[in-house]
Amino acid sequence: MATDAQSGKAAGGRQTAESMAARQREISVSEFFSKNRHLLGFDNPQKALLTAVKEAVDNSLDACEEAGILPSVRVEIRQLGEDRFRIAVEDNGPGIVKAQIPKVFGKLLYGSKFHTRKQARGQQGIGISAAGMYGLLTTGKSVAVTSRTGSGHPAHYYEIQIDTRKNVPQVITDKVVEWAPPHGTRVEIELTGTYKKGRHSVDDYVRQTAIANPHCEIFFTTPDAEAPLHLRRGSETLPPEPKEIKPHPYGVELGVLIGMMKETSAKHISLALQNDFSRVSARVAEDICSAAGLSLKANPHSIAVNEAERLFKAINAIKIMSPATNCLSPIGEEQILAGLRKEIPADFHTAVTRAPSVYRGNPFQVEVGLAYGGDMPGDELVDLLRFANRVPLQYQQSACAISKAVLGIDWRSYGLGQSKGALPTGPAAIFVHIASVWVPFTSESKEAVAAYPEIMKELRLALQECGRKLATHIRAHRRALDEEKKKSYIEKYIPHIGIALREILGLSAEGEAELVARLVDVLERSRARGEK
Amino acid sequence: MAKKTETEKDAPASNRQVLEAIKTSAADIHGKIMAHKKPTMRLPVRSLANVRYQPQRGFFEMAGRKKERTLTVNTVKTFAQTLRMIALSKELVENDDIATKREAYYVSKNWEEARFHEQPESDTVMDDVEAYFSVNREQLGFVPEEKGGDVAGKLFVIDHDRDTGQTLRIDCTKFGSGAYSVPISVEQLRFETDADFILAIETAGMFQRLVKHNYWKKANCILVSMGGVPTRACRRFVRRLADFKKIPVYVFVDGDPYGITNIYRTLKVGSGNAAHLNEFFCVPQATFLGITPQDVLDYKLPTHPLKDVDVKRAKDAIKNDPFIKHYKPWIRAIEQMLKMGVRAEQQALAKHGLNYVIDTYLPEKLAHPERFLP
Repeated sequence: MATDAQSGKAAGGRQTAESMAARQREISVSEFFSKNRHLLGFDNPQKALLTAVKEAVDNSLDACEEAGILPSVRVEIRQLGEDRFRIAVEDNGPGIVKAQIPKVFGKLLYGSKFHTRKQARGQQGIGISAAGMYGLLTTGKSVAVTSRTGSGHPAHYYEIQIDTRKNVPQVITDKVVEWAPPHGTRVEIELTGTYKKGRHSVDDYVRQTAIANPHCEIFFTTPDAEAPLHLRRGSETLPPEPKEIKPHPYGVELGVLIGMMKETSAKHISLALQNDFSRVSARVAEDICSAAGLSLKANPHSIAVNEAERLFKAINAIKIMSPATNCLSPIGEEQILAGLRKEIPADFHTAVTRAPSVYRGNPFQVEVGLAYGGDMPGDELVDLLRFANRVPLQYQQSACAISKAVLGIDWRSYGLGQSKGALPTGPAAIFVHIASVWVPFTSESKEAVAAYPEIMKELRLALQECGRKLATHIRAHRRALDEEKKKSYIEKYIPHIGIALREILGLSAEGEAELVARLVDVLERSRARGEK
Repeated sequence: MAKKTETEKDAPASNRQVLEAIKTSAADIHGKIMAHKKPTMRLPVRSLANVRYQPQRGFFEMAGRKKERTLTVNTVKTFAQTLRMIALSKELVENDDIATKREAYYVSKNWEEARFHEQPESDTVMDDVEAYFSVNREQLGFVPEEKGGDVAGKLFVIDHDRDTGQTLRIDCTKFGSGAYSVPISVEQLRFETDADFILAIETAGMFQRLVKHNYWKKANCILVSMGGVPTRACRRFVRRLADFKKIPVYVFVDGDPYGITNIYRTLKVGSGNAAHLNEFFCVPQATFLGITPQDVLDYKLPTHPLKDVDVKRAKDAIKNDPFIKHYKPWIRAIEQMLKMGVRAEQQALAKHGLNYVIDTYLPEKLAHPERFLP
């Protein structure tokens, strides 16, 4: 990130362009983030611990799914001192090739996912190396990685530190070790943090991950636990692998468009449009070019800025088919139900997966699940569980499109309580998932989804559909309760009418019994006729 | 309850009559059930909206609207509780025993599922039973906890000692700075008096001042402290006393909507909530001595502004209270008060000296009882 070198002060001032130039140099990305670690979710000790675990687990799940392996993940948190922890995350994934291990864990912005348009948990390739860097900064300890790519291969053990100035990994230890698992990766990071229960806790993260990923099993060891908690699988089916797609013209900004034109391998602008974008046919390319006043055969590499601007305007004026949505991998109604049922026992579960939709050329899909009843407290706000690409979102609830959509629904008409401007109250948990090749987060720490109108609309429709199902359930449930109550009323109170009349009229025991029997009969009959 | 020493023809129903009524209604319910029918109870609607005022009758009467409580799945609980309350009453009347409202509530704790959770629930059922039989709850054996009222002055109350049956002659001039307490049940009492009138007073403070200075001796009267809205016993006591000696009753309360529409009106014509028994619990001969809105001007009394609740009460009385609506002077007086926007307490007379009420106000007012508000 170089600063603009054109801003030297005139002679006689305190600086000259030359003197300033001497101090101007490239800032390392790692250095930048070590000074701005809040951008990555390491702003406080509790959150730092959570983010480190989360980045490692996200990577493990992505790796397992890409390799077609049902994930089995171990998460261990050991407390070493008052605020010092050692976390370990181990998966049964494909492992990492020896040569790549230092770069994956010791270099920021190194990853396989940034350049693809494909639904995945991680996107930028910052997460796990940032976690390692945070550990190094707070404890001076290296990241320890053990990985094995198959039973025929040895397990490698690395201790890695990131050189924050140069953004390159430094290998401290590199050796072959004995390791039981046939394949997989284990990451250990020592860091300062705070371990707490409740909202924003690692426990919550693990439980929510188990809900949104019912195909994965997790063994979770907390500092205060004797034995690991086993969160079992709710499903033996891997989610279908998401497909990679080319960008859709509607989602491309002017700068990106200019960049793409400069780098295209196509000779003609019309071909560049057809090859590098999805949903652009020869016919559409022709329409765009004529609307922009450009020749079909114009050379994309020598396109002028004002021409690119015309092209950009033309793209947005022409009707182009929505992008293919087979690149998305929703969780699916069945799987959401499986996840909810195993982690949130309740009387009633429901789930809705909406058809895919598009915001700014990016396909996305909304899913909502709902659990109601059981042992959940009836007089508190509902539990709102937010997910983006199967990753739980635990912070910035109020800034998130999902929360805004939930608040915008009148839940009272669906049988829950709700004060003005608040989440509904009742014994319920609401699960909301957004899947997209590019989830529009409001910040780098990926905690809240931006409220694009298309996303808000899909959220609203999905929530309403779940709400209607809930209302049906609650009504039926109430009817059954009413029926039960009426029956028990008869059993409870009729004997007292017998007692009272016996006391007043001096009835015999048989007389009283006969009276009660007759009265039960009279009332049961009227109840059967549906009278109130 | 002591034995009755006399039977007045206008007295409420006797124990025997109450027992009869209880048994008849229970037998009716029993008969319906045995005939495979759903039993019903007809209860008068207990509210001011179901009350009628006729001056020649002199008290609030039920306007006749009734609600029918049919035994169904939804009413079975109340129905059972009502019947158990009636059974309790029958036991009390038969054994000449009493239970306070609170005690009746505790008795219900023995009724398992049919027990009451809070006393207001049992009070409501009790009021229903009372209205159902058109009797006074004391006749059903239920007595209130509240105090009946205090009496001092030219009066002998004739009562009986429960154990010995001996006649007690209670001299109400001999309580010093204290007073005779009106018992909860007053039907058995007889009176001896040569007083000229009864003065019914709202506050204990004013009553004490008049007692302390033996005002009853000076004015040859009987003083009754109501302590706010008069209890049924207090109303019945004043009524029987006034009927017996044919002496007038003057009412001396605070000059505010509460004093007029709640205290005075309840004493004179009874309450809207229990109109089925106002016939006995009212004092139709009562008239209003003060403090009137005109007194505030005439005696230059210090005042307080009317509160929102006062204004609401006053407007409500003009619009909905059948008694107030019947008397133009009352409507004019209340409208005058609303226009002045102030209220004055009895004790405000102390502005002119602590005994101004005895030396000036009461004598001046009593010189013209024909000017009292109806």
